[in-house]
Amino acid sequence: MATASETKATRRDFLYVATGAVGAVGVAAVVWPLIDQLNPDASVLALASAQFDLSPIAEGSSVTVMWRGMPVFIRHRTQAEIEAARAVDVATLRDPESDADRVKEGHEQWLVMVANCTHLGCVPVGESGDYDGWFCPCHGSQFDTAGRIRRGPAPTNLVVPPYEFLTDTLIEIG
Amino acid sequence: MANHAGNYTPGNGFERWMDERLPIIRFSKEHLMDFPTPKNLNYWWTFGGILAFMLVVQIVTGIILVMHYTPHVDLAFASVEHIRRDVNYGRIIQGTHAVGASMFFVALYVHMFRGLYYGSYKAPREIIWMLGVILFILVMATAFMGYVLPWGQMSLWGATVITGLFSAIPVIGEPIQTLLLGGFSVANPTLNRFFSLHYLLPFIIAAVVVLHIWALHVPGNNNPVGVEVKESRDTLPFHPYFTMKDLFAIVVFLIPFAWFVFFAPDILGHADNYIPGDPLVTPAHIVPEWYLLPYYAMLRAIDFDVLFIEARLGGVLVMFGSLAILFVLPWLDRSPVRSGTFRPLFKPFYWVFVFTFIVLAYLGAQPAEGIYVLLAQICTAYYFGYFLIILPLLSRIETPAPLPASISESVLAKSKKAAA
Repeated sequence: MATASETKATRRDFLYVATGAVGAVGVAAVVWPLIDQLNPDASVLALASAQFDLSPIAEGSSVTVMWRGMPVFIRHRTQAEIEAARAVDVATLRDPESDADRVKEGHEQWLVMVANCTHLGCVPVGESGDYDGWFCPCHGSQFDTAGRIRRGPAPTNLVVPPYEFLTDTLIEIG
Repeated sequence: MANHAGNYTPGNGFERWMDERLPIIRFSKEHLMDFPTPKNLNYWWTFGGILAFMLVVQIVTGIILVMHYTPHVDLAFASVEHIRRDVNYGRIIQGTHAVGASMFFVALYVHMFRGLYYGSYKAPREIIWMLGVILFILVMATAFMGYVLPWGQMSLWGATVITGLFSAIPVIGEPIQTLLLGGFSVANPTLNRFFSLHYLLPFIIAAVVVLHIWALHVPGNNNPVGVEVKESRDTLPFHPYFTMKDLFAIVVFLIPFAWFVFFAPDILGHADNYIPGDPLVTPAHIVPEWYLLPYYAMLRAIDFDVLFIEARLGGVLVMFGSLAILFVLPWLDRSPVRSGTFRPLFKPFYWVFVFTFIVLAYLGAQPAEGIYVLLAQICTAYYFGYFLIILPLLSRIETPAPLPASISESVLAKSKKAAA
């Protein structure tokens, strides 16, 4: 008799487990808002897309605009820069990506990239470094004229954000 | 410690009444006044008291600064200038807090290197040491977040680089970074939460300090010869002998502290932090505060991939590993002799380790290129080699010098030598 009751789940066991399970769900339901409040809030997310007029940017110059709190480079590349970027053997790159993959077809002169170095987030300096692209002063990463990592600690190319051309001189990022 | 309890007898009716309800007078008498302390403690042992004092200084000045500071990206920089220029004595109070962070780390590093030399981490004091490492990490986190609050260029970009470390973690790194920042870059939500945590952490630190001292009061202090207390002759009551010694050390410590506050409050900081934070422009040369430089140098030393671990993740692992390794130190150094004084082989390796750490601090402030990277790699290798290879090996092959029979004997031998 005694051995049978030891092996059989009792009403008390059930209540014990059920109470624990409901308690755990309750704790999780309370903890999640306390953590999720740290995530980007509605006002930050509201800036998730923005339009920029390209017409004032002369060939061979670039501007830095803000998108989602991050600086974004918009560079009007020269023909020489485009050719330099296209002459590279893609297979030799750390993060292989062709120049054509990093620009929009028909708008090859426009390079749009998040301006934070993929290493630790500094803003690289334009038209400098050994590849005449961007040079990050923080830890020495060097990017070419297509914003691809060529040397230094950054693991990947500068990030191209999602964007599209609304007209030939107006883009929407995000 | 067996022989410290029990010499308190409540002196009057009130003390007797208290003793049966909340024996706080008994506790203070036993732990703050009569606590038996090895009589041979040297001045390296005063830095614990100095650190407790510094924590109080930082909390008091910090609470005052909050009364005048505004945690908003548009106003923070100006409000710190307002404190320094307009608030009565604000220049001194803000200077004390900012310089105080540096002085805190001076005392912290001396305190830790003392523990490393005298083997204070060895049994039965492992928990004291591990709580100390937790305190070290908490103090670094607090100092880092405090440095963000004035919202200068170094504040903003230092925060960007350090939170960027988390993005190196595969898969979950970027969501974690976004969660920490409250956005996609260091901005107002980041400043606000850092402010909140910067106010919270010192109280957590104070709580861990209580545990640290609690753990210390179980076996009692280590001492310069590393021989345990054997009889009451080996000890003196904490008060007045060591309260006075600590107090004297605090006064001496205050002299350079006051000099910095009065005459050079900004010399330990970086000039770029007097440019308001600008998310569009990175300073040409980002360096953390001096006290984080050795770890920053180790982070940057890893500029090569190891197997599937890319350089960026490798650097982060090495940097956090350099702190994590301290937790297991009591089990890496198996030598039964605590004090470095009696370890002829240990001593040179120890001093090379101290030197290496200082060189790492220097390298952390240099640009990450050429010879500096190579030197940082060598020093990082020694840092890890010291803990993982040298200390375990020494505990096997070293023949220690003969230890004195007791603390009293070593003290008497010393005074005899001095008299002769």
